[in-house]
Amino acid sequence: MKVKELAEKLNLKVAAGEQGLDKEITGVYICDLLSWVMSHAQKGNVWITVQTNINVVAVAVLTEVSCIIIPENIEIDAKTIEKANTEGIAVLASSFNSYEIACGINNECKF
Amino acid sequence: MNANSNLIRYFFDLHIHTSLSPCASDDMTPNNIVNMALLKGLDFIAVTDHNSVGNVEAVMKCASDKDIVVIPGMEIESSEEVHLLCLFKTMESAAQMELFVKKHLPDIKNRPDIFGEQILYDEADNIIGYNENLLITATSLSVNRIKELADSLGGIVIPSHVDRDSFSIISNLGFIPEDLDFNIIEISKSISRDDVYHKFPYTKKYKVISNSDAHELYQISEPEEYFELSEKTVDCLFDHFRKIK
Repeated sequence: MKVKELAEKLNLKVAAGEQGLDKEITGVYICDLLSWVMSHAQKGNVWITVQTNINVVAVAVLTEVSCIIIPENIEIDAKTIEKANTEGIAVLASSFNSYEIACGINNECKF
Repeated sequence: MNANSNLIRYFFDLHIHTSLSPCASDDMTPNNIVNMALLKGLDFIAVTDHNSVGNVEAVMKCASDKDIVVIPGMEIESSEEVHLLCLFKTMESAAQMELFVKKHLPDIKNRPDIFGEQILYDEADNIIGYNENLLITATSLSVNRIKELADSLGGIVIPSHVDRDSFSIISNLGFIPEDLDFNIIEISKSISRDDVYHKFPYTKKYKVISNSDAHELYQISEPEEYFELSEKTVDCLFDHFRKIK
């Protein structure tokens, strides 16, 4: 499944990085400690995190995750959005929490 | 004449908690801290409790007739759970910073049975009260916002114990954000500069200092870390901070 389809199915708002919506999803990774994500997230993962600092974009580029989902309507820093647009990393926003989002993804595609 | 010939080594420990920090020992009173720092031969100390300056003035008053300089500060916890040492030239600036911090702390009551007491002292070590609001928790201020606010008050921000696995800018944010022009970073006493440089090579571009992060009296630093300054004054120290690039 592509990021774009997932965003539509789970009603996620595209906050940044529209160019990245065609990436293929291969799994899910949930963690907020960016140093840990850097060494454990896998290419193609949907990454769910409450962190909205600009560094999440760099970590996403480095790990080649397919997109970032920010749960619970957390406000996203303007600099993060700018950087995500530059790097083509889709940043999706949801009102649900990380667990609920993960369950939603699981309903749509099994990994 | 050599411009550097008048520089003198002044020893510092810029990260000391008082008993206001719930995790610190009840022995961390103004007089105990100042006298221990004097015994150790330190010239500059900074009082950096979690998210509060409640005991800073007492420590400054206690040291006012002694040969040691007390820098007012706080260890602020950002929304990303990153600990940042924020040091100021004056008590007034530090108190202004605390106003921002107070507004952005969650309304959670301290549970002394779990976290420890948050004791407020006067300069004679008399207990004058307790801070009831839990201090050892994250504010809703981001790292960027804390840096901006501290800069606007003429303060300096030093990311705390960047080598640690928790509450550190490197562990929580993966690396030190380039857009934040920190010039000094702190490493903990449990790691050497060489090991930090090896583990995180980009830290070489920062001035790396090591403080005690003392929560107990005996942990206050030995006279090892120093700055070379022309005078033992707050102004001179802050001028030095600003020159570090």
